[in-house]
Amino acid sequence: MYAEKGNHIITAATEHKAILDTCKRLEKHGIRVTYLPVQTNGLVDLEMLKEAITDKTILISIMYANNEIGVIQPMAEIGKIAKAKGVLVHSDATQAVGKVPVNVIKDNIDLMSMSGHKIYGPKGVGALYVRRKSPRVQITAQMDGGGHERGMRSGTLNVPGIVGLGEACAICNADMPTESKRMAYLRDKLRGKLESELDEVYVNGTMEHRLPNNLNISFAYVEGESLLMGINDIAVSSGSACTSATLEPSYVLKALGAGDDLAHSSIRFGLGRFNTEEEVDYVAAKVIDVVKKLRELSPLYEMAKEGIDLSKVQWAAH
Amino acid sequence: MAYSNKVLDHYNNPRNVGSMDRNDPNVGTGMVGAPECGDVMKLQVKVNPETGVIEDAKFKTFGCGSAIASSSLATEWLRGKTVDEALEIKNTDIVNELSLPPVKIHCSVLAEDAIKAAITDYKNKAVTQTVAVASTK
Repeated sequence: MYAEKGNHIITAATEHKAILDTCKRLEKHGIRVTYLPVQTNGLVDLEMLKEAITDKTILISIMYANNEIGVIQPMAEIGKIAKAKGVLVHSDATQAVGKVPVNVIKDNIDLMSMSGHKIYGPKGVGALYVRRKSPRVQITAQMDGGGHERGMRSGTLNVPGIVGLGEACAICNADMPTESKRMAYLRDKLRGKLESELDEVYVNGTMEHRLPNNLNISFAYVEGESLLMGINDIAVSSGSACTSATLEPSYVLKALGAGDDLAHSSIRFGLGRFNTEEEVDYVAAKVIDVVKKLRELSPLYEMAKEGIDLSKVQWAAH
Repeated sequence: MAYSNKVLDHYNNPRNVGSMDRNDPNVGTGMVGAPECGDVMKLQVKVNPETGVIEDAKFKTFGCGSAIASSSLATEWLRGKTVDEALEIKNTDIVNELSLPPVKIHCSVLAEDAIKAAITDYKNKAVTQTVAVASTK
């Protein structure tokens, strides 16, 4: 029914591959997709969003919080803009649910997806919120066979998964006031230690609108994969785990305007419920040690220390 | 990614890390790669002008563990070789020695390029020097 109105979808360049790859697929079916660039702080520019909306726009899909840099998008504002134009909003809230308060009514969200395993719930279960009124969102069933879940998704319900997801949400909700403070404290401690011991470390994305448990840092002149190798007893990722099959630098950091060199030097630290302050101290000490060691090995660090402007060097690119 | 034990060894104990004076006429410097590609290798050789033997080799590498290992291994192999022997080192030798997976073959190619660049730099210097010596006579 929405196809009658138009064929245009707006999303952002920093979305998870779950959205980007889906949009790529839709493009093959005649859907036109606008991939909004983001600002250097990682946030969508609302003016650009307004300008991107046409009378053919049927959906805006913007993630609530980014999986690599933890930046939280202004969902309520985005929703307001969309509503004024009669466009539906979908939000991939996989990273946000359970970490920050999410309210589909206040945030003007029409469709919202989330998954269980990101909130200490069972893997293999997720949820799609579908707004029932003002406006009523109608979606096409992806599978037929009995009309379960109001005809939206047929098939016998996964009761243990559903109960587990619900309970995981309840625990996150109950713990959130204390847990988000604890996460932010540990995250800021980690950042403080790294910044006090190492020069030229850069936080990617705004610290102001950010998940309390996320820290994404570029260690200039150190290549991310070699850093991971040195801290292989710590579960972190260079870029995002979802794209670790490729050796390309993070497309999210590139969208922020970080040079490829800094994008190659980034590490995402994600803290969780079971992390302790001792672990954070250990991680900080270990990362500092390995970064120092790798900078001893880095011809770029040596050149930078000699005062050479690396951006002006003629590299023999391969 | 699973690394071979040899890659891990070179990563944990890199051989011949350092820099030599690039203005020394007996030192050849090769710098290959680019920061935006995620690999930069600097490889230097110090050649005995009488014998043509590489007496010292040093490296510094910005890159993944395989890139570090490839250049570390290259410096080991270079020491004691003549410049002509050095030019015979092939990237495939490095791939075999370190058991590099297909996605890391470019690291070995880069190491071979670095060797060639360092030797070429040395040879160019030697020529200039000979010319300089000749012209002062």
